[in-house]
Amino acid sequence: MSAAAPALVRLPVWRARFVMAGLVAAFLVLAGRSFYLQALQTQFLQEKGEARYSRVLEVPGTRGRILDRNGEALAISTPVQSVWAIPGDVAADAAAVRRLAAILDTDARELRRKLEDTSRDFVYLKRQIAPETAEQVARLGLEGIYQHREYRRYYPGGEVTAHLVGFTGVDESGQEGVELAFEASLGGTPGSRRVIKDRRGRVVQDVESIRAAQDGRDLQLSIDGKIQSLAYAALKGAVAAHKAKAGALVAIDVRTGEVLALANAPSFNPNNRARLSGAQLRNRAVTDVFEPGSTLKPFTVALALESGRVSPASAVHIGNGGLRIANYTIQDPHPETVLTVAQVIQKSSNVGAARIALALRREDLWSLFDRAGFGSAPQTGFPGEAAGRLRAAETWRPIEQATMAYGHGISVSLLQLARAYTMFARDGELVPATLLRSDAPAPGTRVLSAQTARQVRAMLEQAVQPGGTAPRARIMGWRVAGKTGTAHKQENGGYAADKYIASFVGLAPASAPRLVVAVMIDEPGNGQYFGGLVAAPVFAEVMRGALRALGVPYDAPLEPVPLPGAGEEAREST
Amino acid sequence: MAKLNLLLLLVLVVCALGLVTSQHKARKLFSELERAQTRARELDVEYGKLQLEASTWALHTRVERVATGTLGMRTPDARRVRVVSVGGAP
Repeated sequence: MSAAAPALVRLPVWRARFVMAGLVAAFLVLAGRSFYLQALQTQFLQEKGEARYSRVLEVPGTRGRILDRNGEALAISTPVQSVWAIPGDVAADAAAVRRLAAILDTDARELRRKLEDTSRDFVYLKRQIAPETAEQVARLGLEGIYQHREYRRYYPGGEVTAHLVGFTGVDESGQEGVELAFEASLGGTPGSRRVIKDRRGRVVQDVESIRAAQDGRDLQLSIDGKIQSLAYAALKGAVAAHKAKAGALVAIDVRTGEVLALANAPSFNPNNRARLSGAQLRNRAVTDVFEPGSTLKPFTVALALESGRVSPASAVHIGNGGLRIANYTIQDPHPETVLTVAQVIQKSSNVGAARIALALRREDLWSLFDRAGFGSAPQTGFPGEAAGRLRAAETWRPIEQATMAYGHGISVSLLQLARAYTMFARDGELVPATLLRSDAPAPGTRVLSAQTARQVRAMLEQAVQPGGTAPRARIMGWRVAGKTGTAHKQENGGYAADKYIASFVGLAPASAPRLVVAVMIDEPGNGQYFGGLVAAPVFAEVMRGALRALGVPYDAPLEPVPLPGAGEEAREST
Repeated sequence: MAKLNLLLLLVLVVCALGLVTSQHKARKLFSELERAQTRARELDVEYGKLQLEASTWALHTRVERVATGTLGMRTPDARRVRVVSVGGAP
């Protein structure tokens, strides 16, 4: 066997080069790929990678509280939990579902149906449950069932402040009342932050805050909780006692224009709005208008005094056949044939008011009503504020000018009426009404001269004395001034013969007025319907309590106020 | 040259250890922060509950009921009330 060394075969040089080229090509491909991934695709890939562990969490902003003027809460947001599920991930047996249903207080079959509907990725099992209940659900440890935090609005005042404060929807956005009016400042804006979560879903690192959550601001209203609750109780009592359809009350601080109480009956519980009727929801004091009747007479008389045509002692001829204009006769139930201007207010004479109005220019009367704020919304920011109806002066016929003098053919809201009376309380200045607390006295707009306003105030004081229409409005310790209204309700274009709106607007103490309170009772159905009998007692009760609560000094001798005897009360027909 | 390399190695080790400690501290602080935030949320829940409770107990209608019913109190007659003014102004 020859030990011949293997012959050194000389390989062709191209083979080495081929391998070399192959390797270089392979490296080039790798380099190209890595360049593609690292440089061109880097952002996309990094996002994909981050998405595996980083999450954006929503940080809720809390809605501001609504407080009364003394800092008592009228609306608070408290955290609650909402339970939701991913139906596809839920692996609960029938017993577990029954337990869950028992905790959530829902129907087990309904719950089962929700959990079995795997076509959906997300289903709410129950929203807004108490934190303790949520704890129980969490302890069941069911897979595929999750919770998140929400806020729910509670109204400690309940039905007392229901119309005023309003309410929010399930997503905490204002739907009614102050909640809606001041949505912009009350509502918080949710923020968000980016975090890193581990495999078990725990947050391990805060990466960045994308947007800081902004909490809503607390809102302090002008409402005084004490007066408000007194007003609601008195109103509710009167509406029940007189079997009335509804009632409303507004109390305004004369110096600042702040609304201290705004109540409506019937009311509702804003914490449980399961069964609500439209009648309960209506905020009659602000959004409803009515023909005010005799409560407008002081404005007509004020204009007549202002024009210098009459003085409080001037005689007005009433006659006993009424006042005939075109084919309509204005009637008075009073036997007197001649009254002074002051007595026209005291006894609420329609003929007297009509005669005074007919002597005035209709443009002047329109202008006074307009400056008193009738026909335009009061601008308190409250949603759905009624502007009322005040027709242009050129369209008034003489009969309309006459009826307008005693408050027919014009419609106003109770808030407008209460605000208009501040001109008598503030010696001729009308103060803008506000629902927000303001400690400084508000500047008013002058509508009447101080002398006229004082004269009208003296007449209004006469109206609550024996012989006037509202002796029941008096209270011990303070001098009261005010005017009754007993208007026929409008129905189908005419006036209903047996349906009335009884009202009373008054101010006290008469020597240095502090408060204006307006009361309106809709359709008293118990036989009594005069403003002096139905609305004035409510006024007296609320005014007495409010003046005491505010610590207003007495300006009248402290003698018990007797109830009017027979024949001491004047009756009115509007 | 070798001296410099050794020095750099030392610096590197120190830096690496520093990084580890600061990471660890950050994690610990973060979990503390999370705990504090959870506690803040719990307190928030409790605060809301207490606020509600306080306003429910202090409802004017309830106060009045307790005062007149249980305690037998009544509103004083206006004749038995003296209004005093602060600072002389009436």
